[in-house]
Amino acid sequence: MTNVLTFILVAIIKIVITVFVLLTAVAYTVWLERKVVGRMQNRWGPTRVGPFGLLQPLADGLKFILKEDLTPPYVNKPIYILAPMLAVVMALTSIAIIPIGPTLHIGDYATPIQITGVTDANGQSSDIAIGLLIILGVTSIGVYGIALAGWSSNSKYSLLGSLRASAQMVSYEIALGLSLVGVLMITGSFSLRAIVEHQQGLMFGFIPRWNFFYGFQFVAFFIYLMAAFAETNRIPFDLPEAETELVAGYHTEYSAMKFAMFFMAEYANMVTVACLASVMFLGGWSGPVFGPPIVQSLLPVLYFMARIFFFLFLYIWIRGTLPRFRYDQLMGFGWKFLLPLAIANIVITAFVIAWRA
Amino acid sequence: MHLILFIIFAVFCVGGALGLLISKHPINSALSLIVVMVSLAVLYLLLGAEFVAAIQVIVYAGAIMVLFVFTIMLLNAGEEERTKGSRVATALGFPALIIGAATVIYAILAKIGITGSLSLGQFRGTPEAVSDLLFRDFLLPFEVTSVLILIAIMGAVLLARKGSAE
Amino acid sequence: MVPITYYLVLSAILFACGVAGFLIKRNIITIFMSIELMLNAVNLTFVVFAAHWQKLSGHVFVFFVMVVAAAEAAVGLAIIIAIFRTRETLNVDRVNLLKL
Repeated sequence: MTNVLTFILVAIIKIVITVFVLLTAVAYTVWLERKVVGRMQNRWGPTRVGPFGLLQPLADGLKFILKEDLTPPYVNKPIYILAPMLAVVMALTSIAIIPIGPTLHIGDYATPIQITGVTDANGQSSDIAIGLLIILGVTSIGVYGIALAGWSSNSKYSLLGSLRASAQMVSYEIALGLSLVGVLMITGSFSLRAIVEHQQGLMFGFIPRWNFFYGFQFVAFFIYLMAAFAETNRIPFDLPEAETELVAGYHTEYSAMKFAMFFMAEYANMVTVACLASVMFLGGWSGPVFGPPIVQSLLPVLYFMARIFFFLFLYIWIRGTLPRFRYDQLMGFGWKFLLPLAIANIVITAFVIAWRA
Repeated sequence: MHLILFIIFAVFCVGGALGLLISKHPINSALSLIVVMVSLAVLYLLLGAEFVAAIQVIVYAGAIMVLFVFTIMLLNAGEEERTKGSRVATALGFPALIIGAATVIYAILAKIGITGSLSLGQFRGTPEAVSDLLFRDFLLPFEVTSVLILIAIMGAVLLARKGSAE
Repeated sequence: MVPITYYLVLSAILFACGVAGFLIKRNIITIFMSIELMLNAVNLTFVVFAAHWQKLSGHVFVFFVMVVAAAEAAVGLAIIIAIFRTRETLNVDRVNLLKL
């Protein structure tokens, strides 16, 4: 029984740490975005609140909490309140499945650095056998947050914006899922920890065995990246929520905390996409490890964070650089280009695997 | 533990089904049905069907119900009106539901001799095992369903096109 | 340890709710959703028996039922949209004559 209690206690500690780190990361991603986009546009970005504007997210958070939470009288109240909660919950749930590091050995106790992982008696960690399917499922349910937000707002701009956003997300979910099938064929398992552990080690001594290099999944990587940009409604696919289009899209009628929840959901989705891309294509936490055991367990976490930071910077970099797609160009791109390319990638990967075997 | 989880999610299922029946606006019925589907996915997990649970969430709750919700929003279906026909149907329908359910439940409990219990973890429908069956013994139905989906796509696009009124 | 009859009774209740919804409701889309509820109840029965007899064919059949339900939902909703365009109502009581 104490085994179960220890497991629950450790799980609660992991959840608290992860939620805290994730919410801080979301807040500071906003700061990073404002700074980097500002620098790209040859201006400073936030500089006044604290050194380098580092306390800006705190000021923004305070503003959101203290702002008047205005609920328009003509909205469908239960669904109006449910929609942002659904968006945030789904965005934060995917993090539970993602393996952030290998097994952590503290003295006698071993636990994997992942909320939903267990360690068996030999010290081998394993996680959910259908981890990737759960992430795809949670992404599919996340569409409801946006669809219901636009519907409950009872306003034509919101409804049109939310229908556009949902149609875009549903269309690019297909390309997203299919681009990951190549990696699944190489690994032979849906478990994310198994996928990462398949990519450890080096080939020819210096090329890492990531799925991007050794697995030749570079086409799938770019398809995944583009589909993920569309899923998170970021530039160049952010027509549904651009300021110059449809007022503000599905979150027109939301104010203060509920609006903040939509934004948190969007940035948390970005973090999830970054985590999943590094797990599937860039080898998860692989990197040179050295030192005492506790450092050996935590250094991979640092490498994982480095990859996530790279992806977030890529998101912000592209936001500062590219114009946005028109809606028909966007849908045509998803259905007529990415989907056939993803299927071609699956066929070619299957041939290569059969030829190598 | 298995029993407690089963009861919680069975209550969600039945609550969602009754919500589907009682709601006046189709969007509330759709949301109740989504609750039913997600609870059923959890029940599938309790029964060891992990692949089926995952595709229940991805396909049913995440795609088919999105289609329903889109249609309800686009057609802007209002609340149901209470006509004479609907009053008669409700007056006859709820007793018929109870009688029908009671008959089937009695048949299950008394007449069909199924005994046995299920325990957590005794059976696992892993994706590997299901795909082994799907791509060997059931390959022909699998290929036929892909043709079926192609036909459904073509049919749906053709029927919902604006020019179909001509 | 949950007896199988509990799951079967739940499936029967869901199926009965689906049938009731099909007969009681007047909105076409709600009727269609009741059909989906009936299909889900049947899926539950398949999975229960697959676990009971330890055969995976139950899961494969559920997979096929889901595929067919998806295809049927797509075509059915397209038909509903076409009906709405001509009749401008979603109430089945008003769509009961062949001529407009």
